[in-house]
Amino acid sequence: MTTLLNARNVSRAFGGVQALNDCSLDVQSGSITGLIGPNGSGKTTLFNVITGYVKSDAGTIIFDDKDITGARPDKVFALGVGRTFQLTRIFGRMTVVENMLVATQHGESWLRGLTRSKSTKSELDAAMEWLEFVGIAKLANLQAGALSYGQRKLLELAYVLVADPDVILLDEPAGGVNLTLVNGISEKIRSLNKGGKTFLIVEHNMEFVMSLCDSVTVMHQGKNLVSGTPVEVRSNPLVLDAYLGGGDDEESDREVING
Amino acid sequence: MDETSPFVSFKGVVAGYGGGDVLKGIDFDVPQGGVTCIVGPNGSGKSTLLKTVSGLVKPRLGEIWFKGQNLVGMSPKQILMLGVVQVPQNHSLFREMTVNENVELGAFLVRDKKVIAERMDKVRTMFPIVTERANDKAGSLSGGQQRLVEFARCLMLEPELVVLDEPSMGLDPKTLKSMFNTIRMMNSVGRTVLLVEQNARQALKMSHFGVVLENGRVRLSGSGQEVLNNPEIGALYLGGSIEETRAR
Repeated sequence: MTTLLNARNVSRAFGGVQALNDCSLDVQSGSITGLIGPNGSGKTTLFNVITGYVKSDAGTIIFDDKDITGARPDKVFALGVGRTFQLTRIFGRMTVVENMLVATQHGESWLRGLTRSKSTKSELDAAMEWLEFVGIAKLANLQAGALSYGQRKLLELAYVLVADPDVILLDEPAGGVNLTLVNGISEKIRSLNKGGKTFLIVEHNMEFVMSLCDSVTVMHQGKNLVSGTPVEVRSNPLVLDAYLGGGDDEESDREVING
Repeated sequence: MDETSPFVSFKGVVAGYGGGDVLKGIDFDVPQGGVTCIVGPNGSGKSTLLKTVSGLVKPRLGEIWFKGQNLVGMSPKQILMLGVVQVPQNHSLFREMTVNENVELGAFLVRDKKVIAERMDKVRTMFPIVTERANDKAGSLSGGQQRLVEFARCLMLEPELVVLDEPSMGLDPKTLKSMFNTIRMMNSVGRTVLLVEQNARQALKMSHFGVVLENGRVRLSGSGQEVLNNPEIGALYLGGSIEETRAR
């Protein structure tokens, strides 16, 4: 496998808070890579730096052998790096399916997609197909602002998938989503991955991460702490201490880890 | 626990936004002193139901009784003063204010400075982050850390009924454990807790009562264990039945 996405020695401070401190991450082409770590360890900031929403103070981001350090978000998206947000970002005044159509037109810059009046039949079909998958097709003509939090997350997932990027960054895809649907999302990611898509996933649901990912990187205090297979990572004492919690309550520990 | 009269009682509650009804006639009781957990699929009306309790959404029909008073028609502030405090699902801290200032704001109905100071001390013991990051802007905290500060702020009013919309969302496993422990602790010192959780298996395990909401109606209610062990509910909403999960 070759490296598709690489963050090298990235640092970023907000005021006095060092959110990223010499952090490095490798995402192999065709992999499902998990990014886990305690609240405040810098996972979302790293996503923001990779996708151009936040400028780094130091370090480089390489995607598909191109240096994309400091590139604008729309540029990064157009190059093939798609993402979802921890707190969803959708167009509340547009309908659900209109939101999707904006995403299908990203190739010609999202702003032109937004202002173009006509969508092709195939774009509409693709949009409906993904809405169907995440289970909100019957809400297609509703204003997106009327969706519940969980439904917004699902729309955002569909939104990224329909844009068909090479690597998909998911920020807590299972957060606030019903458990049965979480399993459905997990299966779909697996099948998309078999078709060649690369994923980088931030998620606290350990059952989801451990069953899905080929490789997991654990962050701690703005730095990559440990990387390895799920089995290696979850038995690493550093990870148990920093992330999964001490062994005062054996049974609930196991539950957290095994779901 | 007082078995004779329910603490909160929903009677035929119908509510929604704009055209449609999200809640289509909700009837159930929240017993005093317990932890009651509402589960259900996305869009089934869980958050809307919680908002009717805190007055953020006005029911079109029905009544919500709390300690002998009908909350329907009261303003959110009146409901707050009765001792009902809600922690919303989306982030609600003032990002440009410090953690300390945000938590102090939780006691905005309290005039006595000494009482505020005492409660600050209690809250600091429960949530170390309030001390650790006291003078940092709330906006510089991670999503999960902000959640903890919201919790701390909510307790500044020493509410009788704590309403939590997905308290575990965005929390790492270690923090999630301490969060569930905190809910147990709040409950053991007398707070009645009404919560919505997608982390449903763990939440139901610690809850005395469970309610399954489906398409704006109560599909099932019972003890936390009963809901947890219901095979149909397990398959539909809990990511597989308990038996399947064990077999995995």
